[in-house]
Amino acid sequence: MTVLMTTPTRRRPARAVPTGQQSRRRRVAVSRALLWPALATSIVLTQIPFVLTIYYSLQRWNMLRPGDRGFTGLDNYVSVLRDGSFLSSLGATVAVTGTSVVASTLLGMLFAVLLDRSFVGRGVARTLMITPFLVMPAAAALVWKWSILDAATGMANWGLGLVGLPPVAWNTELPMLTIILVLTWQYTPFAMLILLAGLQAQDRDVLEAAAVDGAGALRTFGSITLPHLRQYVEIAVLLASIMLLQVFDPIAIMTRGTGGTKTLSYLLYERAFVGLEVGEAAAYGVMTVLVTIVVASVALRTLFKVFSTEGIDR
Amino acid sequence: MMLTRTARRQAAPAGLAAAALALALTACAGAGGGGDGGSAGQGGGPVELTLATVNNPQMKDMEELKSAFEEEHPDITVNFIQMEENDLRDAVTKDVATDGGQYDIVTVGSYEVPIWAQNGWLTDLTGDLGSDADYDVDDLFEPVKDALTVDDSLYAVPFYGESSMLMYNKELLDAAGVTMPEHPTWQEVADIAREVDSDDVDGICLRGKPGWGEVFAPLTTVVNTFGGSWYDAEWNAQVDQPEFAEAVQFYVDLVEDAGEADPVSTGFTECLNNVSQGRSAMWVDATVAAGLLEDPESSQVAGKMGYAHAPVVETEESGWLWSWNLAIPETTQNRDAAVEFVKWATSKEYHQLVGTELGWSRVPPGARNSTYEIPEYEEAAASFAPITRDIMLAVNPEQPGVAPQSWTGIQYVTIPEFQDLGNQVSQDLADVFAGRSELAPVLERAQDLAQEAGDAQK
Repeated sequence: MTVLMTTPTRRRPARAVPTGQQSRRRRVAVSRALLWPALATSIVLTQIPFVLTIYYSLQRWNMLRPGDRGFTGLDNYVSVLRDGSFLSSLGATVAVTGTSVVASTLLGMLFAVLLDRSFVGRGVARTLMITPFLVMPAAAALVWKWSILDAATGMANWGLGLVGLPPVAWNTELPMLTIILVLTWQYTPFAMLILLAGLQAQDRDVLEAAAVDGAGALRTFGSITLPHLRQYVEIAVLLASIMLLQVFDPIAIMTRGTGGTKTLSYLLYERAFVGLEVGEAAAYGVMTVLVTIVVASVALRTLFKVFSTEGIDR
Repeated sequence: MMLTRTARRQAAPAGLAAAALALALTACAGAGGGGDGGSAGQGGGPVELTLATVNNPQMKDMEELKSAFEEEHPDITVNFIQMEENDLRDAVTKDVATDGGQYDIVTVGSYEVPIWAQNGWLTDLTGDLGSDADYDVDDLFEPVKDALTVDDSLYAVPFYGESSMLMYNKELLDAAGVTMPEHPTWQEVADIAREVDSDDVDGICLRGKPGWGEVFAPLTTVVNTFGGSWYDAEWNAQVDQPEFAEAVQFYVDLVEDAGEADPVSTGFTECLNNVSQGRSAMWVDATVAAGLLEDPESSQVAGKMGYAHAPVVETEESGWLWSWNLAIPETTQNRDAAVEFVKWATSKEYHQLVGTELGWSRVPPGARNSTYEIPEYEEAAASFAPITRDIMLAVNPEQPGVAPQSWTGIQYVTIPEFQDLGNQVSQDLADVFAGRSELAPVLERAQDLAQEAGDAQK
């Protein structure tokens, strides 16, 4: 902190006044010096654990067998690839995350459009709509499990009964849908917030001009509002994907990884804390990083490119 | 607010990579950990003991009463760290396996005691307990003690223990005109369950929630009594044998015909809920549940319940055996003080103290014979104490099934790999409960997994 106080221009006046180039070089040097502590901290905090993970992934180490620990080369990776659970988990992650993100974004768009008009009690409605995002994930999963989706006393089956439909054993019969429901419920407000900000940043003059030109509500939305929202949709999808990739609580509390809900984070948890296989879990972790980097750099870029060629140029 | 176009492009992979990295780190968070030795040295000076325990009601009672111990031993203070069962297992495994030495006393389940003892993680308590005539180590329930003994050495002391039994709602069974024998067979129980089952009431509640300690606690006892087993005496996996399949098929069919609607959600707590609200007529589960069902404050069926031995097919008994035990890790710096506390918390005097201070129904059950001779306890737990004691003494952890086995334990296999094995098989079983898969392929995969774990023991 003290470093911040000494800027080069406040040096003793006895010194020769530096030329322009010297002063710029010094400024750069000081800026770099100021950057170092933060950079070093983030390297220590992010890269050392990663290197350690790689180290552990090369170890044969079950925590309940302390005597049998040692270097095992790439054996852990071989068993990760040979065992089918990595690929099926990857599929489950893509399915659960993808569906929830798409559903959250679509619903978020709907609610954002509804909340964008002024009506009495808009502030209250907005606060209520945001609430699910503020509930702790574990608490939300418990509420869904006990109050809403309980087979005998839950509200969902009560509602189905009102319209004459048979009750559903949610976690047993429809585990994937159950998880997607909870996640969509929780992340719709998040998408809604971002899209609402986008809607409110829209230029009213353009909308007025469209109305003057005789465009209807649907045409205005499709040709003017949607292209304007594109960046906001991208951000919402990106951030929601990052958060949902790590989702754990509803799976642990409700379906326990059954019926196609064993996502990568739950698989990692199981290998590390149920199997107590430190080496194998670390190998799964490293594989996850690799696959995610590939997916992120190839798939997402392509996806966004599709968006931008189909959309209207900014 | 918006990022520039290029920055955004780069932010996407970087952000996702960071998220993935976070995932990876969670995986190895278990590897670090550890602490810096005990607090005070041996002999002289005040000693501070750290006790890591599950947050069960009986353990909370122990914390409430610890001041009585501290008054008797002014130079010892005891700090409790309460955790969920899974958290405790992780925390203690990590601490002990990495020589952390954070804990002077730990509560360990009966599944882990032999494994940890063989790893050299627990101190041998045989001498400390046997030399003290007042402590009366022979008063501890024999089957429980057997499960905690490795090569004739006792590595932990039971704080409380349980078996499993059949609990049934007498009103619902009477209404259907059926009576329950004291030693029912599974076939009788299944018939009664299907008879009683109606739109409003489930015939029976049986755990279906994935996890080696969830569905496979009752299910392994069913497998045992059907004549099946996870392994034979030479560690050959027996999951592909017809008895194993028959038992699992029986269990799944019974749940589907007359059991709870949502088996994958249903564990101990959910069944307790169903039975105590009168929505399930029968339940096979831990004996400690009886105390909760008979509590009029939380249960609508208090006084209406009947109890019978766990149903059997080919064996005499099929109750399981579980105990929460106090043990002292090898890494402690305060062994003498820790022994003092362990003896106090598992003594006859402690049971008297709980009875007089907190109420007789809260005395830790299933640990000592003498507990069942305390008149006040017999009165407070009249409906289930005698049968609990009978079952606890009758079960045989050395050979719970038809064939001999090479481990001690009933509803689990005492090898490190079992929690992983049980967990994976129970997840596949969820597909069978849901009708997404047949039983045969699930058991085929289970056989391979089991054989892999069995080979590690040979």
